[in-house]
Amino acid sequence: MSAPATKARGGIGAHSPGPISRFLDSDLWYNFRRSPVAVIAGAVAFLCIAGALFAPWLAPHDPFNLASLSLSNSFLPPVPLAGSQWAFPLGTDDQGRDMLSAILYGGRISLVVGFCSVLFAAVVGVGTGLLAGYGGGVADAVLMRIADVQLTFPAILIALVVDGIISAALHQLHEATEIYIIVFAIGISNWPQFARTVRGSTLVERGKDYVMAARVIGISGPRIMLTHILPNVLGPVLVIATINLAVAIVTEATLSFLGVGLPPTNPSLGTLINNGNAYLFSGQWWITIFPGLALVIMVLSINLLGDWLRDALNPRLS
Amino acid sequence: MPLLEVEALSVEFPTRRGVLKALDRVSFAIRAGEVLGMVGESGAGKSLTGAAIIGLLERPGLISGGRILLEGKRIDGLPPEEMRRIRGRRIGAIFQDPLTTLDPLYTVGRQLAETMQVHLGIPGAEARRRAVDWLAQVGIPAPEERVDSYPHEFSGGMRQRVVIALALCAEPRLVIADEPTTALDVSIQAQIIALLKRLARDHGTSVMLITHDMGVIAETADRVAVMYAGRIVELGPVARVIRHPAHPYTEGLMASIPMLEERRGRLAQIEGAMPRLSAIPPGCPFSPRCPKVFARCAEERPELMPAGETEAACWFHAPALAEAAHG
Amino acid sequence: MAGFILARVLQAIPVLLVVCFLAFLLFAFVGDPVAIMAGQDATLAQRIALRHALGLDKPFYVQFVLYLGRILHGDFGLSYRLGEPVLQLFAARLPATIELSVTSALLALAVGVPMGVYTGIHRNSWLSRAFLTFSLIGVSLPTFLIGILLILVFSVWLGWLPSFGRGSVVHIGHFWTTGFLTPSGLKALILPAITLGLFQMTLIMRLVRAEMLEVLRSDFIRFARARGLPNRMIYFGHALRNTLVPVITITGLQLGQIIAFSIVTETVFQWPGVGFLFVQSITAADIPVLSAYLILMASVFVLINLVVDLLYYAVDPRLGIERRRPAAAQ
Repeated sequence: MSAPATKARGGIGAHSPGPISRFLDSDLWYNFRRSPVAVIAGAVAFLCIAGALFAPWLAPHDPFNLASLSLSNSFLPPVPLAGSQWAFPLGTDDQGRDMLSAILYGGRISLVVGFCSVLFAAVVGVGTGLLAGYGGGVADAVLMRIADVQLTFPAILIALVVDGIISAALHQLHEATEIYIIVFAIGISNWPQFARTVRGSTLVERGKDYVMAARVIGISGPRIMLTHILPNVLGPVLVIATINLAVAIVTEATLSFLGVGLPPTNPSLGTLINNGNAYLFSGQWWITIFPGLALVIMVLSINLLGDWLRDALNPRLS
Repeated sequence: MPLLEVEALSVEFPTRRGVLKALDRVSFAIRAGEVLGMVGESGAGKSLTGAAIIGLLERPGLISGGRILLEGKRIDGLPPEEMRRIRGRRIGAIFQDPLTTLDPLYTVGRQLAETMQVHLGIPGAEARRRAVDWLAQVGIPAPEERVDSYPHEFSGGMRQRVVIALALCAEPRLVIADEPTTALDVSIQAQIIALLKRLARDHGTSVMLITHDMGVIAETADRVAVMYAGRIVELGPVARVIRHPAHPYTEGLMASIPMLEERRGRLAQIEGAMPRLSAIPPGCPFSPRCPKVFARCAEERPELMPAGETEAACWFHAPALAEAAHG
Repeated sequence: MAGFILARVLQAIPVLLVVCFLAFLLFAFVGDPVAIMAGQDATLAQRIALRHALGLDKPFYVQFVLYLGRILHGDFGLSYRLGEPVLQLFAARLPATIELSVTSALLALAVGVPMGVYTGIHRNSWLSRAFLTFSLIGVSLPTFLIGILLILVFSVWLGWLPSFGRGSVVHIGHFWTTGFLTPSGLKALILPAITLGLFQMTLIMRLVRAEMLEVLRSDFIRFARARGLPNRMIYFGHALRNTLVPVITITGLQLGQIIAFSIVTETVFQWPGVGFLFVQSITAADIPVLSAYLILMASVFVLINLVVDLLYYAVDPRLGIERRRPAAAQ
């Protein structure tokens, strides 16, 4: 190579480029471009998110407007089969709702719940981890004990139990508030992972010179945690969050399928699958299978992205 | 015939920003029973040379040129199964960190026995007997009991002794010792080096001793090769290289070692730093820092040439110039 | 060793107490047992009498102690939905859940470990890539969807296997019913076991693979190669043993996941186990069952963790001095 390396990370005399050009020049983006799996997964995930966000505009029908539904449209099969109509390309369910629209709206709910619960878990977990790792002592012992105890139980069980019990207890109110209950339940079941990882990273960072330098200057503890340590521990958090997103979506779908998740008036993909389950034996398989397929595609692409992200951010696997 | 001959060995690492040449036409030989030291800064290529010889270059590194001959036969580029038979049996290795070199779930006796059984084909009971014997040879007290101990039950120095036993137990002709004492306490270092020296002498094994510590070399080696930026810049008997270094880099190294008898204001240093693999200057790699540099140095790369009783890769010693310079 | 066990048991007691307390809160304060049990036209006097009989008019902490006492005698109350003693309901359904869980766990291990070892050793072969793709899909398919798909293919379309229930069972001793001894019992077990085990299988495979890759990069493996040991000894001796140590712990913990997902699987296949009971009780707000389930689950998990710790202790001679953290631990 004739020109000396001028990457932002090294080289005498290198000037400091802005964050976008640093990203485009980074190993991360390079790895992404070169990995066909990552690119496809990224594209699919992007499509899912776009489809979900813009569901109200993309969906050909509004599946929740009771007035627009007509029972004469019910049980229509998907398009190439006999008896189908192009207006309902993926068929209709027992109430005459268009499957495509239902899936778009359902996917939207699934994604929203997924994101919110991961956000909740991340905020609680990262905050706890920072406090425990930086503060040490009693706070560390107590917080990590709670996290460890919770980790002895599977997350899905905790989510199920929390959701189930709150739903049973608030029997009357549950329909309207269900989405909050679910976000809370799933978030609560997932925070310990974030907390443990962030605590570990915080402990490592706390021992480093730049933190000591900041303390010597007199910067306050909370500020050090937020502005110095937090950016440096976010790498693994991002990986966990992506994988957690897939898990959260599946958990929500499972809860909805079991009947303790989102109600049929505001269905997620899981609720739709549950609804369609009753018609498997009578031959209307599409009511269950299409929402199922949508769920799998969404989760698979997120999982692929998460896997790729984990490998890319791990400098030891080359 | 020398035991090991390395001829113009080159090792490259293809990376996404181009090919990095980590070893550039390295040549030397080791005779039977001799200890050759390889000394140089971190990153000079010493460990890589050892790894290339024993066939354990890590991906994406590969041998891009040159030959390695063991007792006259080529061993670079051998199929994996044949190379495996050479490792341990004809060339042994000692690594740097005794705390991670031993499998934590196997007793030391088992690790010794398995090595010997694989290479020497002896039955289990005999292997165990020899394992105890080896432990005694490397100075582990109460070897009949310790043979069933796990690695974590030994201290660092003791573990390194076990590693030495493991390297020698299949009776190789050559042992490559890569920084064998760097991870140990100073007080233990001397013991381990003495042990290695004695065992090598007793068993007639040659040693390629890789280290950045000139003191260890002075104690132990017969000849020494000084490496810089992937090349050997000086090669010769230890006493000569230390007292009358022929290459300016070696001179700089020797000068920077403080002597007990001297009084000095500041430690002497060599200006600058070893170049990164992606930015090795053309010609002699040491030329930017060399106090004796002249025009030819930056244009042509010098090979090892005779310079008194040693060899140095320095145009200063080229015959015509030597006359002109000493003229 | 005994000290170790004692310490763990002592640690577990506060956790169990907390869970019992939560269960008690649920039991005592959510929903009104009196209203449900007395019915709509009970008079006030009848309600008061019932309250007294149930001990609901005593102070809070007294009620808790009474509750603990009842629990230790196995009295978890009567199910609102079915009217039977909760303990009896659990006892009848426990064998079904256990047989299903154990079968799936064994299936997952038997297939997952070899697949993981293979993909760890042969990193780039097409078979490895196939396994990895399959595992990725397995991780992305929710358990209930796997169940539905299996039912669709094997029950609806092919008609080979039943889609619900447990088949005919054989009673053993006072307490146990087994489906292993009848052909219909075994047939009914296949689809649910695969459903429950598939997720675990892929997780185990990925875990073993990750550990294997990590171990194969370690210094002692490099030294083993430097000693010229053959691949067979390196992979199946040194590497495998070091891989399995953390895998054992995590697999033990995975047993917990199996129990959790058995709830879903039982619901899909209407398998008469404890999990299905739990789901039915949620929709019916059958509080006594829910409380009892909480306590049961907590005890089971505490037990699992204890057993796993003991296993780890037995397998890894370094315990107490150094311990390698699993590479793929969450």
